[in-house]
Amino acid sequence: MTATTPKSGSQEAGQPPPAPQRAKRGRGDRIVTLLMIAPSVIAIAVFVYGFIAWTGYVSVSNWTSFVPDLSFGGLDSYRWMLTDFRYLSGLRNVIVFTIVFVGASLVMGLAIAIALDRSPRLSAVWRTVFLFPLAISFVVTGVVWQWLLNPSAGVNIPLANMGLDELPLWYVSTTIVPGVSWGRVEMVVPVALLAVVIAAVWQLSGFAMAIYLAGLQGVSDDLREAARVDGASELQLYRRVILPMLKPMTITIIIVLGHMALKTFDLIYTMTGPGTGYVTDVPAVYMYESTFRANQFARGAAISISLLVLMLALMGPAIRARRKVEEETAQ
Amino acid sequence: MWRVLALLAALTLIIAACEVEDEDPIADPEEDDVAEDDIDEDPDPDDDVADDEIDPEDPDTIPDEAVEIFSWWTGAGEEAGLLALIDMFEEEHPEYEVVNSAVAGGAGTDAQAVLTSRMQAGDPPGTFQIHAGRALLDQWVEADAMQPLNFLYDEEDWWDVFPDELLDMTTDEDGNIYSVPVNVHRSNVMWTNPDVFEDAGVEVPTTIDEFVEAAEAIEEAGYTPLALGDNETWTLVHTWEGVLAATAGPELYEDLFAGEADWTSDEVVESFEVLDQMFDYVNDDHAARNWQEAAQLVGEGEAAMHIMGDWAGGYFWVDLDLELEEDFGWAPTPGSDGQFITVVDTFGLPEGAPNEEGTTDWLRILGSQEGQDTFNPLKGSIPARLDADETEYNEYGQETMADFESDTLIPSLAHNSAAPPDFTEEAQGVLEVFMSERDVERAVEDLEQAADSFLR
Repeated sequence: MTATTPKSGSQEAGQPPPAPQRAKRGRGDRIVTLLMIAPSVIAIAVFVYGFIAWTGYVSVSNWTSFVPDLSFGGLDSYRWMLTDFRYLSGLRNVIVFTIVFVGASLVMGLAIAIALDRSPRLSAVWRTVFLFPLAISFVVTGVVWQWLLNPSAGVNIPLANMGLDELPLWYVSTTIVPGVSWGRVEMVVPVALLAVVIAAVWQLSGFAMAIYLAGLQGVSDDLREAARVDGASELQLYRRVILPMLKPMTITIIIVLGHMALKTFDLIYTMTGPGTGYVTDVPAVYMYESTFRANQFARGAAISISLLVLMLALMGPAIRARRKVEEETAQ
Repeated sequence: MWRVLALLAALTLIIAACEVEDEDPIADPEEDDVAEDDIDEDPDPDDDVADDEIDPEDPDTIPDEAVEIFSWWTGAGEEAGLLALIDMFEEEHPEYEVVNSAVAGGAGTDAQAVLTSRMQAGDPPGTFQIHAGRALLDQWVEADAMQPLNFLYDEEDWWDVFPDELLDMTTDEDGNIYSVPVNVHRSNVMWTNPDVFEDAGVEVPTTIDEFVEAAEAIEEAGYTPLALGDNETWTLVHTWEGVLAATAGPELYEDLFAGEADWTSDEVVESFEVLDQMFDYVNDDHAARNWQEAAQLVGEGEAAMHIMGDWAGGYFWVDLDLELEEDFGWAPTPGSDGQFITVVDTFGLPEGAPNEEGTTDWLRILGSQEGQDTFNPLKGSIPARLDADETEYNEYGQETMADFESDTLIPSLAHNSAAPPDFTEEAQGVLEVFMSERDVERAVEDLEQAADSFLR
């Protein structure tokens, strides 16, 4: 990563690169630095990594009632989890939700950002309008969209007035398309989940827009001019020149929105609940219910750990991609 | 490497910034309103400043000497009942400060979660609402989290005023009793709209076969035969337990939950077959409604029947202002006549409760005849005491009090009396899946498996 020379043994053999007084100051600096970061390092060690370890331990314990039983129970909870209909349904849902939601937010965000970047009238007002839903809590979003997409209220009322016979069931639908069975779980996309995606995109596409807008405004006018002089059409200008420059923004948005989607709890909990046949369930809701309602602490912990693994599976490649882009731009 | 870490740090910041708005997921917006009502009514004007800082959601802000009452009574009738009781308590004992920690959510599912985390953290409320039966005994009593109340029953002479079946549901093997029953709800009630039945030209069904016939006729007349609101899954379990009582009868019903009977037996299979038929007659948007919204369908004359405990009665006459018999009627869930599925709210004294003396005085009020006759007419339930004043209750209450004395009492599954919470949760899952799969065999097999893990 850093530009150190790969020549072996060169440091000892040749020149000691840092000047002596610099080294001294470096040592003092290092002590101050250590002192400064020590509190947060300790806090993170205890409250993040300590509790991850504790959760991991609980997940292999026998803690299955209100009374803590921390004896070792092996991988029972994980074995249970991987055959449990509700868990597998939730896993399917959260993966589908993450992909559809992040994809839709990227498209919506980019479209709005491009429109605003062309400086329409009142562009500052529009920017605020699209950013505003970000300031609202997921709980509020969930409650509001529960009403808006209620099959017998909300948007279905104007639809019915327009003379539509087959009104959409929104989040109440139990249809899963295309409906192939994988074991007991039907695949792939529960229609009900799309209602949740609409609510989530409504709330968070403004975030994608803000990031993209910043990226677009970083593209210099000279570059655009140059492309136009070379005879590029507007479409080609965006496809060949501007979009490639937005790649780092895209990755940032995927990382931020992706992790929020995987952890989704409040939106689902307030808007739909697990749904008939678990069409809108997610592991975070299942974790909460099995831990605090059924007192199955070991199972709850196992679900939490699986969420952590899922998160790492998303974040790892995304951060690596981001690093690659950074290196490319640095060159 | 450092660059990656720096990026991660920056990311953490962004993430943190994005998440400030996330609220406590357990909290319900209603919660605050309810709790604040009471704090305003605090009789002691001197410490107004301190009162403002009490936040029932945050146990740290509740003073040690306060009597904290933890419940899920936030609906209109039940909240009115609770507030009337608190008024009574404050009148008799102005020396105590009362904090009403009510957590919204039907059947107490959210309150249960809040309570579990508080008990785990060693921070029990003064007293909390708990259903008699396994919810109390298998969780809190078994974990040695409750104090026996035999002394209170001796002092107040309560041993003979409650029915024995009720006392058994709150007593452990050693004869220690752990809570005071306040009210009794009946779970297996079917609410009906007389106009719809008249229009369809059928009688209110008393057996399962009659139910199917009536439902056909009602559907033909253009109404929804059965209103269902399963946005909260417990209502499915609730509907099913009445059917199970009908197909299995009280003895098998008890044996099933005691882990002594086979869940794949014909009677259980039949209960699911009946349920499968019933679900053919429900409203399309059932998954978007809660039980109140489903009950409204009956109240407004769009649907004919709704199976729900008799808190729905309180909802009809308090919230919707409907007239008994004229605007709505009631009958046992088809086929379950002669059985009384009980949902009994009780309050106990947890170990380490702050202000034990004040809490005990609160329990005295709860168990008193006057207290029960104040609370129950408002809540729409009947008193747990047998010597209550019948004239305080409406026709529904009087009829139910008579049934309570004559019927076979069995505990409710949906309300955590019949089975430990892990089995109940599992049963909710089975029904949630059954609602979409409609696979009877799978449902009973899943229940048999759950019984193996949690009941035996």
